[in-house]
Amino acid sequence: MPDRLHHLLGIEPLTRQQIEFLLEQSRPFQEIQRHPLKKLATLRGKSVALAFFEPSTRTRISFGTAAARLGADTMNLQAESSSLRKGESLLDTVWTLEAMKPDCLVMRHSASGAPEFVAERVGIPVINAGDGTHEHPTQALLDALTILDRKGRLDALNVTIVGDILHSRVARSNLHLLSKFGARFTLTGPAMWLPRELECLVPNVRREPRIEAALEDAEIVLALRVQQERLHEPQLSLDDYILLYQLTPERLRRARPDALVLHPGPMVRGLEIDPEVADGPQSCILEQVTNGVAVRMALLYLLLGGPPAETKETARAAD
Amino acid sequence: MLLIKNGRVVDPASQTDAALDVLLDGERIAHVAAGIDAPGAEVFDAAGLVVAPGFIDLHCHLREPGEELSETIETGSRAAAHGGFTAVCPMPNTKPVNDNAAVTRAILERAAKVSPVRVWPIGAASRASEGEALAEIGAMQQAGIVAVSDDGRPVATAKLMRQVMDYCRALGLVVIDHCEESSLAAGAVMREGPRSVRLGLRGMPAETESIAAARDIQLAALTGARMHVAHLTTRQSLELVRAGKQQGLAVSCEVTPHHFTLTDEDVVYDTRFKMNPPLGSREDHDALLAGLADGSVDAIATDHAPHHASLKDVEFDSARFGITGFETALALALEQLFHTGRVSLVRLVELFTTGPGRVLEKTRRIAPGEPADLTLFSLDYEWTFRAEESASKSRNTPFDGRSFRGAPMATIVSGRIVFRR
Repeated sequence: MPDRLHHLLGIEPLTRQQIEFLLEQSRPFQEIQRHPLKKLATLRGKSVALAFFEPSTRTRISFGTAAARLGADTMNLQAESSSLRKGESLLDTVWTLEAMKPDCLVMRHSASGAPEFVAERVGIPVINAGDGTHEHPTQALLDALTILDRKGRLDALNVTIVGDILHSRVARSNLHLLSKFGARFTLTGPAMWLPRELECLVPNVRREPRIEAALEDAEIVLALRVQQERLHEPQLSLDDYILLYQLTPERLRRARPDALVLHPGPMVRGLEIDPEVADGPQSCILEQVTNGVAVRMALLYLLLGGPPAETKETARAAD
Repeated sequence: MLLIKNGRVVDPASQTDAALDVLLDGERIAHVAAGIDAPGAEVFDAAGLVVAPGFIDLHCHLREPGEELSETIETGSRAAAHGGFTAVCPMPNTKPVNDNAAVTRAILERAAKVSPVRVWPIGAASRASEGEALAEIGAMQQAGIVAVSDDGRPVATAKLMRQVMDYCRALGLVVIDHCEESSLAAGAVMREGPRSVRLGLRGMPAETESIAAARDIQLAALTGARMHVAHLTTRQSLELVRAGKQQGLAVSCEVTPHHFTLTDEDVVYDTRFKMNPPLGSREDHDALLAGLADGSVDAIATDHAPHHASLKDVEFDSARFGITGFETALALALEQLFHTGRVSLVRLVELFTTGPGRVLEKTRRIAPGEPADLTLFSLDYEWTFRAEESASKSRNTPFDGRSFRGAPMATIVSGRIVFRR
């Protein structure tokens, strides 16, 4: 790789070359998902700590599966059973985990920046599995891999993102990633979730409050989950959201015929997305899930496996 | 007798900026003139130094009683002396809250024993600063408070604020107001703007401050009370203060060194950049500098807010608000205001002395008969601030390792040299 990764804390600090390299490295692991016997011994003897300070099902299982398929053991910490409930600080919890000698820490936390805070204070690689409303880098990587599979390119895409963009770490990571490949973005959703500051986040961002107009000419449509559990936010009328922002087949026809529909899950059919769209030919939702395991395997392999000689050569090539 | 010789006396009250000697006799200033000869007096050679009235800090947190892990009256007041301050006003948010005369007396008794500088406590406006019932303001005044404030727990209802102002006007006490509209501030950890959106940190808009300032300036007009805006950070609230002054209201404001030095663009996932009010936009920062220069801002106050590492070495959302400030205040003011040519030396000194003095209705002058409180500082002494060497118990400052030109060189309180660099 151009610059060897020590942690994966976000997409924003990565270079385009680093992203391309990660996606390239995910290819063989995609292949493995199709094998009848999926388990490798690559990381046998290594262990991965999965510290999910915020409830998570799919991302935790995806990382756990990725580790298992590489032969690594996992150590699980979940919010529900976390010692945080007993008043222990994040740092003490993390140091306790580290003392059990994992080789890597995969971490989800409700506070933006928590993985960076931890990464500066532990001696092992840290992977951000979602921090607050900041980033969810592996989600953006698996989305990119899915787009590459279907479209064969990442360059200069017209991307429309629908929903609560202000509070979405998935949206931020996708904005950062696809922007490094020259994407143009149209953001749509309820106005309070579309502050004008989003236009400063990356170049070529446009806000469009009407979903129909926002979908015109879109090549990628990313529907976000409606997060009803947000603190400090007045509740939105869900009926209104469905009326104005649900991704329906009629609305999707505004996009290019070969536009892809992505959703990070968990998905609520009939709320942010019409079931017909979710199950339709343009939907990539389950491929995203499968690719998630591949991307996370590649990442664990790169961070824990120690780069073999060929990796270093690839790195030079990528330079 | 202590003779301060060869200094450059800067006295905003008399608009003096001249080479003069100052003779102190016990707790009072005895004589101010050129070439004083005082046989038998101890001589302090202040050649190359500015001799200013004693600095006053209108806004700090000494954490005692209750949070002695972060700071004590002893360590905090020592840090204040290192910063050139001769008098500091601790906010009432101790544990217990300084909302009654017993706590006020306890603070003052402790200060009398251990503090090298004057400690002028600020009393709570409401009982336990809970915004429901008035605190024992009269009893606290008799015990020695100099102002009233609920600081970090701003008075939520206009009705109670009106009562506090009415009451304090009659007592002749200034009401210090942390202007914050609570519902907009709820959950926010920095200023809302491009940076908060990038970091995914919850922001509060600038209007959080100005909405509350607008309400309370109107209440000051209604009641005739003296009202002082604590740590003002936005262009809009500065304009409201200016307008209030033009109407002849007894409205004043202070600005902190961190707000006139840093902006929200400096915020990273480092809790030393987390304070309330949060760092503002570039536009606000520029407005504050203009206000400091044109006289709209009355005082520089530190909002020295020490926190033990265990309260700051946590994820951003969970960290306490606040940074330490005594020891870097003057150096930052010189860096941002004086060395840049934005303000004159007399104005700079005013912001630390007669400015805050006026807010408390206390005079600050270098003249015979006045208290012998002086701050001597250098305009060009080069040094680097090291938080680990701080006299404060806490280390939570974004200015650790910053190099400065100019520093407090000696602090004299009641005729005694309490700090000398």
